[in-house]
Amino acid sequence: MEFIIITLVKTGLVAFILLTTLAYLQWVERKVIAHVQARVGPYRVGPHGLLQPLADVVKLMTKEDLIPDHVNKVFYVLAPFLAVFLALLSISVIPFGPAVEIFGIKTNLGLADINIGILLILAVSSLGVYGIALAGWASNNKYSLMGGLRSAAQMVSYELPMALAIAAPLILSNSLNLREIVDTQAGNWYGIPNWNIFTGGQIFGFFLFMIAAFAETNRIPFDLPEAENELVAGFHVEYSSMKFAGFFMAEYANMITVCSVATVLFLGGWHSPIPSQAGSGVFAALVHFAAAGMLFFHAMHAARPFDKITFPVFGVVISGIGAIFLAGAFVWPALGAAINGLFWYGAKTFILLFVFIWIRATLPRFRYDQLMRFAWLFMFPAALLNMLITAFFVALKG
Amino acid sequence: MPQGYLPIFLFLIIAMAFPVIAILTAKLVRPSSPSKLKLEAYECGIEAVGNSRGRYAVRFYIISILFVIFDVETVFLFPWAVRFHQLGWFGVIEIAVFLAILIVGYVWVYKKGALEWV
Amino acid sequence: MSGDTFFFYAFSALALLGGLGTVLLRNAVHCALALMTSLLGVAGLYLLQGAEFLFAVQIVLYIGGIMVLFLFVIMLVNLDQASKLQQFGRQTPIALVVALAAVAAIFSMLSKSAVLLPASVSLTPLTGGNTETVANVLFTDYLLPFELVSILLLVAVVGSVMMAGKRTE
Repeated sequence: MEFIIITLVKTGLVAFILLTTLAYLQWVERKVIAHVQARVGPYRVGPHGLLQPLADVVKLMTKEDLIPDHVNKVFYVLAPFLAVFLALLSISVIPFGPAVEIFGIKTNLGLADINIGILLILAVSSLGVYGIALAGWASNNKYSLMGGLRSAAQMVSYELPMALAIAAPLILSNSLNLREIVDTQAGNWYGIPNWNIFTGGQIFGFFLFMIAAFAETNRIPFDLPEAENELVAGFHVEYSSMKFAGFFMAEYANMITVCSVATVLFLGGWHSPIPSQAGSGVFAALVHFAAAGMLFFHAMHAARPFDKITFPVFGVVISGIGAIFLAGAFVWPALGAAINGLFWYGAKTFILLFVFIWIRATLPRFRYDQLMRFAWLFMFPAALLNMLITAFFVALKG
Repeated sequence: MPQGYLPIFLFLIIAMAFPVIAILTAKLVRPSSPSKLKLEAYECGIEAVGNSRGRYAVRFYIISILFVIFDVETVFLFPWAVRFHQLGWFGVIEIAVFLAILIVGYVWVYKKGALEWV
Repeated sequence: MSGDTFFFYAFSALALLGGLGTVLLRNAVHCALALMTSLLGVAGLYLLQGAEFLFAVQIVLYIGGIMVLFLFVIMLVNLDQASKLQQFGRQTPIALVVALAAVAAIFSMLSKSAVLLPASVSLTPLTGGNTETVANVLFTDYLLPFELVSILLLVAVVGSVMMAGKRTE
C-alpha cells in the first residue's frame, strides 16, 4: 500500500515538473536564440517574458481549431495525440537520482525501475514515427505527405546508428537497467570521473548518439520534415490550435528524453564530478548564490522599474535554494544525497538541452539527400566501428 | 507481470489523459466558425490540383526495408552486450563473424548504389 | 480478479480485436493500425509471462520496424483506387476450407496439450534477468543458428535491393 502511495505521489510530481519544464523550455529556447542573434526575445509578458509560456497556452487554447474537409478525420485527430503521449511516456523509466531515505521513507528518485529500461526507451522512440507519419498522411495535403514520408524515412535511418551508439556503453555496463548503468559509472579514476564518456572512452559514441538524437527529434539541422521554406511546415501544415501545440510539445518532450538518456548512458547520470558529497553540495550552493548575486546586481540598475522588485524576489528564492544545498552538505546528509543527485542530473540534462538550442541558432538545414547519405554512409558504419572497438578494448582489459 | 511496471502504467494513463484533457478544455473556450475557404487544403493560396495520394519514390521503400533488416541485427547486439563479461573473447569473435557477414551485405548494397539518394 | 488476470484479458482482447480489425476493415491504413494494435496486445502478453526482452523486441521490430514498412507501402499506393477493388474474389471458398482446416488443426493440437505439456513442467515466469537468460542460451547453445541468422539477413538484404532496384544501374 505504502509503495502505491509513494508511486502515485512520484508520478504526479514527475508529470507536473515535466509539463512545466516543457512550457519553460520553449521560453528558454526563444530567449537563447534571441540573445545569439542580439535581440532580447520575449520581454513584455511578466518580468523578462517569464509568463510568456502561460500567454502562449492561452493563445493556443483560444485559437480556432480547423479540421479541413479533405482529411481522414480519425487519424487526423489521433496523430497529435499519439505524438504527445509517446513523447511523454519515455520519461517514466529515467532515473533522476540515487535511492534515498528521507523521513523514514526509502525510495528511488525516478519512477519505474525495470530490467529493460533502455530497450523500452528505444521501443517507445521507434513508435514515435507513427505520430508524424500518420499526421502527414491523414492531412491529405501534398506538403504534409512529403513531410510525413521524409520524417519517417529519416527517423528510421537514424534509429540504427542511435541503437548502435547505445550498445557501446552497454558493453561497459553489462545491463539494460538504467539505474544499474548509472551505478557502474560511480567514483573516479585519478580524479577523472568514472563516466562512460571519459574512462569508458565513449567520447566518439557520445557524439554519434547526440547527432542521431538531433535527427530523431527532428531538430535543426535535421528538421527536414517541417522545412519551412520548401514544405511550408511539413507534416503539420493542416494543424491548428491545441493539435498543433501537441506536435510542438512532443518535440520538446523528445528533446528532454534524449538528453536524459545521453546523461544516463554517457555522462554518469546523477553522479557528481566532485568526489566528496559535501564538496558537491557546496558547488551546487555556490552556483545558486552566483545566480542570485547576478540578479541582485542587475536589480540595482534595472531597465524597467518593475524589475527593481522582481529581481530581488527571484534572488532571495534562488539563494534560499542555495541554502538548502548548504544544509544538505553539512547538516542533513540524507537530504544532501537526494538533492545533489537531482542537481547534477538536471545540470547535465540542461547543458545538453542548451546545446540543442545553441545548434538551432547556429546551423543551417541539411539537404535531404545529404541527410540520408550521412545516415547510411557515415553514421551507421561509424557507430558499428565504435561498438566493435569498444568491445575489443573491454575484452582486452578482461 | 514482472515487478516495476506499475509506475509505467500509471504514467501511461497520465500521458494519455493529458492531451485529451487539453484538447477538450480548448474545445470549451475556442471559437468555431469554419468556412469553405478555411477548410481547403493549404497550398500557399493556390487552388489544390488533384489528390495528394500520388506515387512516390521507391527509395523510401528501400530505406525502410534495409532498416528492418539491420534493426534485427542491432537487436541481437543488446543481449550480447549484457552478457559481454561472461562471454569474453569468445563473444567478440562470435559477434565479429555475425557482423562480418552483414557488412558484406552492406558493402554490396553500397556498391549497388542503393544507399545513394540521388 | 488479480492484476495479472485483468491484464491478461485486456491484452488478449487487444490482440483479438486487432486481428479481427486487420481482416475486416476496408481501408488499408486502418488495417495496418489494427494489426499494430494486435501486435501490441501480443507484446503485452509476453510482458505478463516475464519475457521482458521479447516484449521490447516485439515493439522495436514488429511495430517500430515492419509495420512502418507496411505503412510506407500502403501510403505509396493510391488508396482511393485500391479500396474500390474487389478484395475477396473467387478465393472465398478455398479460403474457407483452408481456414477451417487450420482451426481443426489447432484444436486437435490443443486437445493433445495435456500430452504435449506434462503437468510437471512449471510455467512460473523467471524472476528478473530475462535478457541475461536469453543471452546465455543464444550465444552458447544456439551459436550456429545465431550465426545462420546473419546469412538469412544477408539474403534478405540482397533480395530486397534486387527486387526494388532495377533502376539503380
